[in-house]
Amino acid sequence: MAPLALFLGCVIPNRYPGIEMATRLCLAKLDIDCTYLPGASCCPAPGVFRSFDSPTWLAVAGRNLTLGEDMQRDLLTICNGCFGSLADANRTLKENEELRKRTNVYLGEIDRQFKGTIDVRHIAEFLYSDVGTEKIKEAIEKPLGLKVAVHYGCHLIKPSRDRGLGSFERPRFFDELVEATGSTSVEYSDKMECCGAGGGMRSGLKERSLAMAEHKLSKIKEAGVDCIVNACPFCHMQLDAGQKEIEKAFGKTYEIPVLHYSQLLGLALGFPPEMLGIHMNVVQNMGFMEKLKMSIEDN
Amino acid sequence: MKEKVTDIREQFINNRKYINGQNMKENNVQEQLKEAGIDILKCMQCGMCSGSCPSGRHTSLNVRRLIRHAMRSQDVLEDKELWMCTTCYNCQERCPRRIDIVDAILSIRSVAAHEGIILPEHKQVIELLLEYGHAVPIDETNMEKREELGLERLPETVHKDLEALNEVKKLLNACKLAAIIDQ
Repeated sequence: MAPLALFLGCVIPNRYPGIEMATRLCLAKLDIDCTYLPGASCCPAPGVFRSFDSPTWLAVAGRNLTLGEDMQRDLLTICNGCFGSLADANRTLKENEELRKRTNVYLGEIDRQFKGTIDVRHIAEFLYSDVGTEKIKEAIEKPLGLKVAVHYGCHLIKPSRDRGLGSFERPRFFDELVEATGSTSVEYSDKMECCGAGGGMRSGLKERSLAMAEHKLSKIKEAGVDCIVNACPFCHMQLDAGQKEIEKAFGKTYEIPVLHYSQLLGLALGFPPEMLGIHMNVVQNMGFMEKLKMSIEDN
Repeated sequence: MKEKVTDIREQFINNRKYINGQNMKENNVQEQLKEAGIDILKCMQCGMCSGSCPSGRHTSLNVRRLIRHAMRSQDVLEDKELWMCTTCYNCQERCPRRIDIVDAILSIRSVAAHEGIILPEHKQVIELLLEYGHAVPIDETNMEKREELGLERLPETVHKDLEALNEVKKLLNACKLAAIIDQ
């Protein structure tokens, strides 16, 4: 198992720091060699910066990759956007000699060179492939018994040709990770549908972006779950902070708790909700917090 | 010698381009797509993309029409639907002609951005990256949340390392990213 450096990105450290803490706790508990990646910047966000100027997107991603190369550690992402940007940039720079040369001219300005010596991982596929659900099950201290609406998020699995994580229509690995915590993954309509945040929609066309999130939330509500579990802080923000924005824009109230997988796993590994920042979400569902407390006391 | 309809049509199209004075723009779109190795002319207008598009259920985005627009006209740069794509990749995954549709949309967007066609909110995102090295920088509320969790007030990123931030700024300067918002 290659040593890892944790790529924080923007939304996790600067909006949902509980996910940062939860990730560090889970990795330490599972005895995985992972440190911070000092000096990293925005990945940069694929939907916006790749849209504006592809050479800049590649150069800034290239710099982040060279930080990992210097440390001889693979980058571990905990965000689908960071994963999309860095994995795509890493592959492009490894495979396309012309683009590598051009990007290295920019990186030369800051005395850096992309060498192509590391890989980029996402915590969900890393835990599934390199740790495995059996080992996760063995480490579980408090089986959660929650009914969960799993939200994969688009860039974890697509473009499937580049991700290589199997079916994009009906993937299973994330559901299996959720089930490893003693929870149930509940099927719901439009499960694989986008949250509506990507591609600059949340920043540029907020109201329409929220309409997409609202559609997804309405289907999740129909299914009757305890919470949503995602693998991406941008989806997380859209589905969590978005609920308050939806209430304001469309007058519809949901109050569905939203957890990143690191937070769900953290609970099952025995960490209290406060340590994982679950109480710091925009959606404050007291019933859910009570249920968590009870399930912890029961065990 | 008899004239061929195709020749006349081509001449007509060329004249219109000349009259509109937008020949450059179209070349940019075509060049950009060619450089990215994407051939949208393979499109047979089947509509699989539109049927697969989650944004199209809530916005006016019609991917099939957008691609046709890009095949035919330089005006696609002004098409508002360009910015209604969340880049979910459903269309690209399912396209029976295997056209890299999302990558094409991103390429066309970049030509538009360089022509100054960009939403004010997106300009702000560029400004944030230029200033902080983060598209979503830290604020006071979240510094407090970090402390409450036992994390350092500033994350272990460019936020905590001025030298690294200056390196990113120097890199962005070399890439001339600011040119997009300075027009």
